[in-house]
Amino acid sequence: MSITTSTTEQLADEFDSPARLLTAEGVRVRHEILDEHVADLDLQQLADLYTDMVLVRRFDTEAFSLTRQGELALWPPLLGQEAAQVGSARALEDRDWSFGSYREHALPILRGVDIDRWLKVWKTTSNTAWDPHEHNIGLNQIIIGAQTLHAVGYAMGAQFKQDDSCSIAYFGDGATTEGDVSEAMVFASTYNAPVVFFCQNNGYAISEPTSVQAKHVLARRASGFDIPAYRVDGNDILAVLAATRLAMHRARTGHGPSFIEAVTYRMGPHTTTDDPSRYRENDEVESWKERDPLLRVERFLESEGFNVEQLRADAKTNADALAKQLRAGAIAIQPDPAEQMFDNVYSSPHARIERQRAEYKAFAASYEKAAS
Amino acid sequence: MSAAQTETMAMGKAINAALADSLEEDPSIILSGEDIGQLGGVFRVTDGLQDRFGKDRVLDSPLAESAIVGTAVGMTYAGLRPVVEIQFDGFIYPAFDQIVAQVAKLQYRTGGLHRMPITIRVPFGGHIGSVEHHSESPEAYFAHTAGLRVVTASSSQEAYSTLRAAIKSDDPVLFFEPKAKYWSKGEVDRTVVRDLETAAVLQSGRDVTLATYGPTVELAMGAAAAAADEGIEIEVIDLRSISPLDVDTVAASVRRTGRLVVAHESQAECGIGSELITSICETAFTSLEAAPERVTGYDIPYPPAAWEGEFLPGVDRLLDAVDRTLGRKNSRDFMRGGAAA
Ligand SMILES: Cc1ncc(C[n+]2csc(CCOP(=O)(O)OP(=O)(O)O)c2C)c(N)n1
Repeated sequence: MSITTSTTEQLADEFDSPARLLTAEGVRVRHEILDEHVADLDLQQLADLYTDMVLVRRFDTEAFSLTRQGELALWPPLLGQEAAQVGSARALEDRDWSFGSYREHALPILRGVDIDRWLKVWKTTSNTAWDPHEHNIGLNQIIIGAQTLHAVGYAMGAQFKQDDSCSIAYFGDGATTEGDVSEAMVFASTYNAPVVFFCQNNGYAISEPTSVQAKHVLARRASGFDIPAYRVDGNDILAVLAATRLAMHRARTGHGPSFIEAVTYRMGPHTTTDDPSRYRENDEVESWKERDPLLRVERFLESEGFNVEQLRADAKTNADALAKQLRAGAIAIQPDPAEQMFDNVYSSPHARIERQRAEYKAFAASYEKAAS
Repeated sequence: MSAAQTETMAMGKAINAALADSLEEDPSIILSGEDIGQLGGVFRVTDGLQDRFGKDRVLDSPLAESAIVGTAVGMTYAGLRPVVEIQFDGFIYPAFDQIVAQVAKLQYRTGGLHRMPITIRVPFGGHIGSVEHHSESPEAYFAHTAGLRVVTASSSQEAYSTLRAAIKSDDPVLFFEPKAKYWSKGEVDRTVVRDLETAAVLQSGRDVTLATYGPTVELAMGAAAAAADEGIEIEVIDLRSISPLDVDTVAASVRRTGRLVVAHESQAECGIGSELITSICETAFTSLEAAPERVTGYDIPYPPAAWEGEFLPGVDRLLDAVDRTLGRKNSRDFMRGGAAA
């Protein structure tokens, strides 16, 4: 069974309204450019994407409440951005590399990183969320925009080695103003690098609305670098999937970089330490609830006669299990011996570090001695 | 001074007051930084300033540190005195080029025909249990660069008065704010004037000089109190200015004590302690009765915060170094095999 389409919508490249395949009401609409990129998707596959989103949302809300309960140090929630993250993640091949920011929780979940290890980062007992080479995901970045250069560099390397893998850079609306991001686009364009710039415009960079970063439409920036841009409804998983598939296809077939602006909304605070009431109205948040990325898939599937109740129940069972694992894992984390802080500063023993390690150990030993 | 002149303020509030008083006094002052307006800064240090002084004087800037500093340079040509905020220590590096290659050098390049009255505020230091890039102490990079003044503060009063002086200065000043102390309260007398070059002896003592700055000053006072219980007198110096260092004040102290310990959170190698100890060796060598000691963050990237208690100087590490200068039993005895037993 393939997904049926009804009316036609405005073209994406006009940028007036983001391209959409599924309205907030759950109506499948036509799109000249995007349709063919999801033509193969049947209802079950859409239901699977829904299950992914439920899983990711549950993970995120559980981590958020664990942080509020003091079990983790900090959490940047992705609530509201599930379609943008899952839709783009599912457009990638396993061999494709991703370089994202602190808020990108979906791809690591979908690629099966070891959660207990990952959470150590948010409990501040480790910096190593996962093995980049095992999952083809660069460690999430806190330095805004830095990873976009890494994504381009990976793509240049893949091109050089002719190994058919591509990369995707995830970044926010705020990040678009960092010099690194502009420079990344220059390099991508100059070297025709097989990379996708995936910008989640979630409305805010901490307290600053997107209007501080750009007077008009973020997607328009790309044209100055000769990079084609697509602006999609980031809460529409079909549109996100289609646009990312399109962009990855361009990259893989030698057509170089693309830019996607996924228009979405950060439903939660910037992080667990933020207080959004200082800079945005609750009405605004409420107005986005109707545009929820999960709700519209449910509505559409329902209208197609899919057993949504069963789907919801199954997805929940799945997600609850992950949340349980997450909670147990987070609570169990204990700091490793502090002497490990001297490890891996260099690839081989380093005189100064080793001297300090010895001094540290002597200090710790003398301290224990004094305390006992 | 009458008691009525002092107010009790947390350090963050004292900085807010210094910014407000400066904005009030001098219409050429303009503030720029990420989230400093509507939000009042991620630490609320600039709370209320945009409401009070307007959006054209308190700018919520786009997210680009190089541009925040680079446009501040341009503003000085327009006759303004920009005070910019870098949100966290670890985010100053995109602006490094503008600070080091432009801000630091333009007075020299113009032969003094153009002045560079820029203040760059940087919350710095650890002990806040945060994730990567939020706890660094990058001051030595800037102290290494000619043309920049680098100062810090250890109390509400110092923060107020030093920031006021920094903003008034025609030189570019990096003002490192010990973020872990933003909520520590202290008395502030707004009439107290500070310069940007002198250290302060906070407590006198005859046995060992302990020189430090910013967030480590409180620990030094704690160490001095603990040492006093054992009959050891520590002279505590708050360096206040990191560049230039007030070598005279420290040397005068070392001539009395014969011993020097320098402490800071930033790493040892090519650090402020290295510079100070070298300067003391050059000026007061014959007064030294023991090798000077450094207590610093180790020479590793800032570690995951669960280990920051071990990584950063603490009272015990300070006292251990004091013991070394006094030839008392100390942790290094544990390194020479057997002594631990
Ligand atoms: C270079 C740098 N400057 C400042 C910060 C502080 N900071 C952390 S997140 C953030 C906002 C980022 O907004 P955006 O790129 O839109 O991503 P979002 O948080 O909305 O996902 C800022 C300013 C940082 N992490 N790195």
